Amino acid sequence: MADSLFSAAGIEAGYGRVQVLWGAGLDVGVGESVVLLGPNGAGKTTLLKVLIGLMPAWSGTLSFAGKPITGLRTDKRVRLGLSYMSELGVFPGLSIEENLHIGGQFVSKATLRVRMDELYSAFPDLAARKSALAGSLSGGQRKMCGIAKALAAGPRLLIMDEPSAGLSPLFVFQVIEILGRFRSTGLSLLIAEQNVAFLDLADRVFTLENGRIGFEGTVAALHQDDALHRAYFGLG
Amino acid sequence: MHRVFNDLGLAVLVVVAMAVAPSIYSNQLLLFNFVMFLSLAQGLNVIYGFTGYLPFGYVGFFGAGAYGFALAVMHLGFGPPGAMAVGAAAAVVLALILTPLFRLSGAYFAIANLAAAQAVYEVVANPALEDVTKGPYGVSLSGVFAPNASYAAAVAILAFTLLLVVWLRNSQFGLSLRAIKEDPISAAMAGVSVVRGRTIAWLLSALIAGLVGGSFAWEVSVFYPETAFSPQFSIFAVVFALFGGTATLTGPLLGVFILYGVYNWIGISVPQYFQLIYGTLIVALVLFLPNGLVSLLTRRGIRVP
Repeated sequence: MADSLFSAAGIEAGYGRVQVLWGAGLDVGVGESVVLLGPNGAGKTTLLKVLIGLMPAWSGTLSFAGKPITGLRTDKRVRLGLSYMSELGVFPGLSIEENLHIGGQFVSKATLRVRMDELYSAFPDLAARKSALAGSLSGGQRKMCGIAKALAAGPRLLIMDEPSAGLSPLFVFQVIEILGRFRSTGLSLLIAEQNVAFLDLADRVFTLENGRIGFEGTVAALHQDDALHRAYFGLG
Repeated sequence: MHRVFNDLGLAVLVVVAMAVAPSIYSNQLLLFNFVMFLSLAQGLNVIYGFTGYLPFGYVGFFGAGAYGFALAVMHLGFGPPGAMAVGAAAAVVLALILTPLFRLSGAYFAIANLAAAQAVYEVVANPALEDVTKGPYGVSLSGVFAPNASYAAAVAILAFTLLLVVWLRNSQFGLSLRAIKEDPISAAMAGVSVVRGRTIAWLLSALIAGLVGGSFAWEVSVFYPETAFSPQFSIFAVVFALFGGTATLTGPLLGVFILYGVYNWIGISVPQYFQLIYGTLIVALVLFLPNGLVSLLTRRGIRVP
């Protein structure tokens, strides 16, 4: 297995007195893609919020590239190489170019310019409409813009919350294809999804059920487990 | 790059025009009011246009600046420049005290801010503080009265304010503020320090109002608490900025030149129809151009300075 890049252990967190996460933990290796599967309400978004630092963990530890980051502020985590893409993904009232600038706010100007050229060549649809408002893009293009914005930070690990949300199956495959391309450049991915199509990208899978990690292992092992296979893939 | 020069060009044009205006037009007090509202509308633009927080008690900072100036002159014997600094500091300190208001949002923030400004007014106007603030009886600073110098100070403040807005429109910091305005949660996810950005914008906005308040105290030299804390300052600043269009340099400038121009013109020529014409103008704007005059161009994809 690859060296560990990011790990979370024993995370407990919640809102007010309502506890959502009960000792959840996961890890992502260098260059690895991990999919976090779970139904609505399992606590996927809450876990991701704790990982990026938008919510404090009641208990548990987080580390990134060998350093503890448990109490670190979000902007410091982004500087270290964590990047997060929410379901919404973009700032609709800012232009594509401005969205990328926000993503790359901690990167030096010269580096950002080179990186933006790379991103525009990877996303020709965006390159054609740099000054258009992100809100004027189609759902699929908006996701592309969100991915480009997150990648502008030059992250080592890209965390995504349901990239398939609101997309037609055709666009879901486009997103998967694009992510596959960046994965081959050494980027690590952590994707929270309910759409099993994303398992095509995954080296390993974690399932989250009622705030706890249920299954952890390879995609092949997930298929071998009858109960899980039925739960996530239906009877077929 | 030419975007910055467009913005700077407009800023320089306005500052130069207001600087030479007194040699062409003799009503210096009216010109002073124009300069004052140009700065106030832009100061409000800094906080409202760039972060979306609407300070309905914006006059609180203006009044703090005016009274900071007056107290420094009366009790500390400061000259006008030092007294302006005291006024500006008073406004910034007030803004710091009011930072917890950011836990509110939308109309709640606006109303709490209005109440805060009223509270400051009540303190200043309290007869029990007559020895300090002269209470409701007002202050007289005839010793430092110098209309030409105070007009020059107001133009300098306008230049500072416009440069600040140009910087906000063209810098990474300004962009992160606009991201906060769009969606604070997503901005935080992208690593934007939301609290820091908002606080800096808030303090800068208060600093501008404090400086303008100081120059106002110097220019008029005799005033009462209800003058310096008149809700009209907040309302005008908000209406002018909204009329033209926020988050731009042009919008608030247009708002002041057009609306304050109309205000003075019909207020003198046909005062009996004043409220009617003014009200109709504003209602029409809210109905047809809710994003301000500049949206006539920006919604066609044209970038205005």
